[in-house]
Amino acid sequence: MDDLIAEFLTETNESIEELDVDLVNLEQNPNDADLLGKIFRLVHTIKGTCGFLGLPRLEKVAHHGENVLGRFRDGDLEVIPDYVTLIFECIDSIKMIVAGLEETGSEPEGDDSELIEKLDAVYEGRAVGDSGEQASTETAADDAPQEESGGGYPGECSGNVTKEELDALEAAFQSAPGPESVSPPAPTEAPEEPAPAPAPIEQPKVEAPSAAAKAKPSEKPVSTQSLRVSVDVLENLMTMVSELVLNRNQLIQILRQQTESEFSAPLQRLNHVVSELQEGVMKTRMQPIGNAWSKLPRIIRDLSLELNKKIELEMKGQDTELDRQVLELIKDPLTHMVRNSGDHGIEDPETRKAAGKSETGHILLNAYHEGGHIIIQIADDGKGLPLEKIKEKILSNGLATAEELEEMSPNQINQFIFKAGFSTAEKVTSVSGRGVGMDVVRTNIEKIGGSIELQSTEGKGSTFTIKIPLTLAIVSALVVESSSERFAIPQLAVKELVMTSENSDNQIETIKGKPVFRLRDRLLPLISLSDLLKITRGTDLPQLLPTNTEPDDEAQVNEEQNDVTPPKGTNPNDDIHSRHQYIVITQVGASDFGIIVDRVFDTEEIVVKPVAPMLKGIELFSGNTILGDGSVIMILDPNGIANHIGQISAADANSAMSENISHASMQAEKTSLLLFRAGNDTPKAVPLSLVARIENIDVSLIEHSAGQMLVQYRGQLMPLVPFDSSVSVGETGEKAILVFSDQGQSMGLIVDEIIDIQEEHIDIQLDGGETGLLGSSIVAGKATDIVNVGYYLQSNNKKWFQNHDDTPFVSEGDGQKSNGNGSVNGFNKKRILLVDDSPFFRNMLTPLLSVAGYDVVSLESPQEALEMCDKGAEFDVIISDIEMPDMDGFEFAKKVKEESNWKKTPMLALTSHATQQDKDRGKQVGFCEYIAKFDKETLLSTLSETLSNHQDYSGYNGDVA
Amino acid sequence: MSVEQQTHEDELSSGIQSKEFLTIMIANQRFGIPILQVEDVLGEQTITKVPLAPPDVAGSLNLRGRIVTAIDVHCRLGIEPTQTSNGHSSMGVVVEHENELYSLIIDKVGDVLKLKDEDFETTLATLDPLWKDVSSGIYRLDGELLIVLDVPKFLSTISSSKD
Repeated sequence: MDDLIAEFLTETNESIEELDVDLVNLEQNPNDADLLGKIFRLVHTIKGTCGFLGLPRLEKVAHHGENVLGRFRDGDLEVIPDYVTLIFECIDSIKMIVAGLEETGSEPEGDDSELIEKLDAVYEGRAVGDSGEQASTETAADDAPQEESGGGYPGECSGNVTKEELDALEAAFQSAPGPESVSPPAPTEAPEEPAPAPAPIEQPKVEAPSAAAKAKPSEKPVSTQSLRVSVDVLENLMTMVSELVLNRNQLIQILRQQTESEFSAPLQRLNHVVSELQEGVMKTRMQPIGNAWSKLPRIIRDLSLELNKKIELEMKGQDTELDRQVLELIKDPLTHMVRNSGDHGIEDPETRKAAGKSETGHILLNAYHEGGHIIIQIADDGKGLPLEKIKEKILSNGLATAEELEEMSPNQINQFIFKAGFSTAEKVTSVSGRGVGMDVVRTNIEKIGGSIELQSTEGKGSTFTIKIPLTLAIVSALVVESSSERFAIPQLAVKELVMTSENSDNQIETIKGKPVFRLRDRLLPLISLSDLLKITRGTDLPQLLPTNTEPDDEAQVNEEQNDVTPPKGTNPNDDIHSRHQYIVITQVGASDFGIIVDRVFDTEEIVVKPVAPMLKGIELFSGNTILGDGSVIMILDPNGIANHIGQISAADANSAMSENISHASMQAEKTSLLLFRAGNDTPKAVPLSLVARIENIDVSLIEHSAGQMLVQYRGQLMPLVPFDSSVSVGETGEKAILVFSDQGQSMGLIVDEIIDIQEEHIDIQLDGGETGLLGSSIVAGKATDIVNVGYYLQSNNKKWFQNHDDTPFVSEGDGQKSNGNGSVNGFNKKRILLVDDSPFFRNMLTPLLSVAGYDVVSLESPQEALEMCDKGAEFDVIISDIEMPDMDGFEFAKKVKEESNWKKTPMLALTSHATQQDKDRGKQVGFCEYIAKFDKETLLSTLSETLSNHQDYSGYNGDVA
Repeated sequence: MSVEQQTHEDELSSGIQSKEFLTIMIANQRFGIPILQVEDVLGEQTITKVPLAPPDVAGSLNLRGRIVTAIDVHCRLGIEPTQTSNGHSSMGVVVEHENELYSLIIDKVGDVLKLKDEDFETTLATLDPLWKDVSSGIYRLDGELLIVLDVPKFLSTISSSKD
């Protein structure tokens, strides 16, 4: 393409961008003369240049637009939004034509007569024809020749210029400010040849930059001269400076080896000079972030019109400079996010008013430097992220289960919007809603080593915070080694460095084979670099066969080496403890993790070179570099590593979670049981937790009093009860005693022999036909009688339970022996309804509660419970699980409280998860208390408390259901 | 570039159409690379392996400050991998492709030959598919055949990581 056309395109594109911003400003400041003047000049320039280059269509459109602008400028025409919209249309046409020109090298075909009509109508609207245009004599002069010179230009600029054109240009030249201060942004913006342009073109170029100088709100009062330089030239410069840096590094390293050398002084100076040069060249790549934001005002304006909302965009920190490359990469993500804010975040004026907010929504863009990073914030005061909708989307996309969602805080749930294909927008607008947005945004940002975080409060607004490392090319990096291969980790990413060894307190521990580390009371997940990169643990000898990376061969190789080989097996986990290991702790997003490496070298300034295209897919590397000694090493990308671990651990987490769940439920199933023999051969069991002590007492110490056997025990008299009549207590010898004690009262149960302690599921299979037994279960492979301790305690001492906190709140009654139907002693025991879908859990709790003296009915599901309710059953207290299929605890509680006979029955919630959130929710739906499942003590004490508090409600006459 | 001029002059003077190739040996088969595509010829180099890289990528090396990606040609062509020792490569031919430097690791480098167009044939259909993909033709020489390596094609079709 013609050089001239190329330059023209660049300039015009720049001008158009400026025009967008300016026009938006104009709309808000319709009487700003400077602004008007500038806008006029820009369009005028475009028009003028078109003339030379033979771009009739463009010229025409620009000309008519210029007309209208001229009238604005002169004050003849009022600047109203409709007119501004029209000018925008004009600009858009120009954009389109220019785009076509860019593509094909010539103007696209098309008809602008409609637009021109409108422009003319506005133009002619108020003032009379041409007389109102004093200052724009050029325009008048141009009119006639414009039409004629329409079709004929082959794109050359010399020889076919009409006199009027020249005059126009000259006049423009005179009126345009000279080559004065231009702000720095201009030079590095456009990718074009710095070809010496012919004189006429030069002038518009000068004009545009000077206009640019006026335009940029970030203009410094004392700006410096600037010039356009091709990006390629700068890139070359950068590369060469990078080489220089590397060479300097090499020299410095060699110098370090030498003690004294005449090279020292010159090399030190060289060192400084190169550092400065490096810094200076880096600056050339820096551009103010305002450049990336330039299109946004226009976008917001269009958005607000399109969606009938009022949106105000505020930009802070446009001066903040960042690398040109980075700027390119974040332009789109930023635009996308601002669009989202406008589309989804900001509500329409009525809604806002109703919510007590101002009618105009506010979007804030804020950029600033912070510790080697640039922080960009996009904040809006809209309605925030819709938590419920997101939850729905998550569930419908199968990204998490309902239980998992219960666990998460709103912030965690919000993070899901970064998943691919996620969009809660009900309809796809032209602006957003296609669901391809946020994941791409995050990917793009992470590509440049940055991170993005989200904070949102429903009803108040959302804030996105993007963190980007300041420079891409030269970074400080920590060189580490794993399995004899070296890698670099960007220093900024390294939070901490920890050394572990076999003998120290810091040890790498493993949980289910995965290494973790305890760091100041936090558990840090670890990943071994060798494992991550699938490199075998070599020895300290130089490289092995290059293609030999199979773990199978490693054993063989190790044998061959005969050297310092890890004596243990080839399992890396074995070796972890056999030597010093270093952990590099990095932070990605909000979470930390550690990378296990073998050795740590020092920090070096390295030049980041992008990896070859065919290696780009490896997300663990962000580049490679050449070290001072000439070797090539890969640069690790903590983000990539985190992603990788995330994938691993997501999979793990899922299995771990399900394992945990089943494990947890398994735990719930097992109770520690004390096995003993008493009377017959059938082993008997009591929950170990109830037994205070196991003693062997000398039979001769047993005394008798009032028909009761006693023994002096720890300064007190302890009654003894044989398990049953078949337990013989001889005159001599020793007997095993199970001591139960509580609040100063003790009782000893005489048994024949203590067998063992087992952890077992209590699965009471046969109900206790006999008194004193809860039933039979299989313990340690044998049928075992589960003892109802409560029976023995009470039979011995009627008042046993009365003073206890876990008194089943029985009323005074007579301690007769049981009447054989399983209920104990005719006391008015309190009835508990236990609802839990896990049979194991029911079987564990039931005996516990029975032993504590309650009458327990346990059901599997809330539905059954509700049925019982309908049938008229009554309970003193309802204990319910939360996590149940079909209907969960919360729902159950709601139902009960709403409309059932059990409205007034106190309800306790039991669950494996007891976060504050859950507790609050529980209280909300009507649970009196919220107790963790494994907390038996609290359960019992709470039960008692609750019952005593609800004394009024306990007026039933227990019917066995 | 003087080679280019020379060739040009030769062509003009003799009227014979021909092209120059750097010949290389890979597993006893002679290949040719258009001389203008060749940037450098390297002897033994220390190559750093790149973990998780595709199997065709032998690693990276440092060439006067630029990082060059070493490609194991044997692997790409489905032949027995190069037997090297201690992470050193044998000879390598450095080519440039889309602004990146690559070193093709081969067995031996031969002479630069000027081959006449008339001896050129487009690839045989029966050639091994892996080879066919990357060759742009065959030259008939005295006593053997020379397969022309289509470098751009070769490089752009390096398989992506297999894990």
